Amino acid sequence: MSKLEKFLRGRFAAALMAVLVGFAISAVVLIAAGYNPISAFAALFHGAFGRPKYIANVFIKATPILLTGVSVAFAFKTGLFNIGAEGQYILGTVLATIVGVKLNLPMPLQVPIVLAAGILGGAALGAFVGWLKAHFGIHEVITSIMCNWIVFYLCNYVVMSDTFHKPNSSSALAVNPRSYTMILGNWKKSDAGKEFLSNIPWLREILLKTDLNYGFIIAVLIAILASIILTRTKLGYELRAVGFNRDAARFSGISVERNIVLSMLIAGAFCGLAGALAVTGIAPHTITLLAGMEGYGFNGMSVAFIAACSPLGCIPASILFASLIYGGMSVQQTMGAPSDIINIMIGTIVFFTALPGLTPVLANMVAKRRKDQENVRVSKDGTPLPEKEV
Amino acid sequence: MFDAKMTRRTFATTMGVGALAALAGCGGGASEDAGNDTVKVEMVTDVGGVNDQSFNQLAWAGMQQLADDNGWDVSYIESKQNSDYATNLDKAVDDGSDLVWGVGFMMGEAVNNAADQNPDVRFAIIDSTNDTGAENLTGVLFNAQEPSFVVGYIAGRMSESGKVGFIGGEPSETIQQFEFGYYGGIEYANKEQGKSVAYQGQYAESFTDAAKGKSIAQKMIKDGCDVLFHAAGGSGVGMLEACNEAGVWSIGVDSDQAALFPDYTTIISSALKKVDEAVVNVSNGIIDGSIAGGENIVLGAAEDAVGIAPTHDKLPDDIYEAALEIFEKIKSGEIVVPDTKETLDEFVASL
Repeated sequence: MSKLEKFLRGRFAAALMAVLVGFAISAVVLIAAGYNPISAFAALFHGAFGRPKYIANVFIKATPILLTGVSVAFAFKTGLFNIGAEGQYILGTVLATIVGVKLNLPMPLQVPIVLAAGILGGAALGAFVGWLKAHFGIHEVITSIMCNWIVFYLCNYVVMSDTFHKPNSSSALAVNPRSYTMILGNWKKSDAGKEFLSNIPWLREILLKTDLNYGFIIAVLIAILASIILTRTKLGYELRAVGFNRDAARFSGISVERNIVLSMLIAGAFCGLAGALAVTGIAPHTITLLAGMEGYGFNGMSVAFIAACSPLGCIPASILFASLIYGGMSVQQTMGAPSDIINIMIGTIVFFTALPGLTPVLANMVAKRRKDQENVRVSKDGTPLPEKEV
Repeated sequence: MFDAKMTRRTFATTMGVGALAALAGCGGGASEDAGNDTVKVEMVTDVGGVNDQSFNQLAWAGMQQLADDNGWDVSYIESKQNSDYATNLDKAVDDGSDLVWGVGFMMGEAVNNAADQNPDVRFAIIDSTNDTGAENLTGVLFNAQEPSFVVGYIAGRMSESGKVGFIGGEPSETIQQFEFGYYGGIEYANKEQGKSVAYQGQYAESFTDAAKGKSIAQKMIKDGCDVLFHAAGGSGVGMLEACNEAGVWSIGVDSDQAALFPDYTTIISSALKKVDEAVVNVSNGIIDGSIAGGENIVLGAAEDAVGIAPTHDKLPDDIYEAALEIFEKIKSGEIVVPDTKETLDEFVASL
């Protein structure tokens, strides 16, 4: 098997192919709508990577969808479809806000407690869905979609409640500044910090113009942790065994119920952490009245599927998605092209990653071509072969 | 077979050239924006998006008029999530804009921060205030209670069942202006006509949920309301639909919604909030220097920035004439329209 063939049979090629097809189809749509696709993609690229602070913003945008992506991927590897990532994320933001507003401890205590509150919220909601599945056989897709809406309105209730509502706004009170997780958050706004940064323009731009925070580093660590749990631990073995074949797992002495609850609990915890990190890491450091689902969980699903549900694969996938979403806004700004083009692109990419047979077909073509070439060589040696032999 | 191979190779080459062209395009795009004398104005929408059939859309209409009339370079960025406001404002600044508009009170804090961070760029915001006194920020507010009062008067006159309804979007001071102005207008009509039309109001807690607006409206219609008014953006479109289906009068908001939705035949009037004209006038003022910035501009009946819709073919002429008279009274200051719970109570007591 040639190198090209091997590459084409790999997962990376499938993802790359989907991305290329996504761009190609968006180009067709752009041309049909009367826009120059090359300048549109240039605007996209410039909007996502054109300046140091844009790159920082891409990582900020990638943080929540990396975590929700890992959550969906983790659950999927254990045979569960966590469509409730959105709700678990929202519950994470709600609980982190409640705790962050009410508590004001020294930073080394405050930050972990606020994050833990978010994690607990997501984990509890995930475990609840898992419990319903394990003990009553109610499908997790149905219950978690329902939970999404319950939590959605819970969030709006908390925002509008007397205790947490910030007067004359559509948001809740912001968490105490000691809960913030921005990189050098206090120093960069101090006089010493401003003076130091005035000499280094690119760093100044990143730190002062964006809410660059520790979230992405934590998210990457979580992706690694999820990968280790799945592939290197007894727990992961049991979780996956339940996912592959429930009956076989039960026969070999693994508690199916316990593992379903555990899997959803862990998946939910990841989403809850994503929510908590959004509250502590980026302005406005609070929850706002939601008009509709903001799509953190659903984008996470796209991230997970383009990564073929590999937690580590979610890292590049989340950066790709974040750059499409964030850079996409510039397409609209500079070209006047509707930002829906980006949604078409994302949709196409997800659609084609869902067609795993595409790149192996190409691999077969490459293999056939190689064989054809061999045939040609053989015939030159003087032993002609029948035309149609495979 | 040989030909087929060549084709593949040619194809690969073509792709490669295409990719190079794309890369070249990147370089070009990045260095293009400097050295331009035209005035550049950009706006950032709130999460309602630019086609919200409400104030975002009106603001963009005003921007397009600026492009047509003055030849300015205008553009917009749509926010998809609440966390996008700051980054989108930042992008609008990076684009070399002379003036950046934020649309909607939800963006208030983000615009104030952006104005603070970018002292050399001018900002303006619809429906929110300059909280910091920054020299480069102009807040634009509307006396939305004034047209709401007039349509409240119309609702009071038109109601036969003795019950009228109001649907708000997300609760806020801005939307309360509509609510209490409308309520005041109903009470004014009650007093004048010796009627006792009752008011009921509910918030959809969303500016984008047409289904919810529709179900609230259906409940109000079931309760016996026969005139409904909304200040709920996209959610209100559901109300217009429910009223059309039930054959109940409805009143639109912001723009002349009877003209905007010709299929809905029960829209009797609309409370106009002329965001488009405000964007045009304030932008011109800021760019030519007649508006200094650093303050809040309140636009109302006196400035003709609010009003009731010109379309009134469903409305009896005497009621329309009476409504216009009331608007003139508001303009002259003869009627001071309530905009909060407290001023409403005072107003009702004074009738």
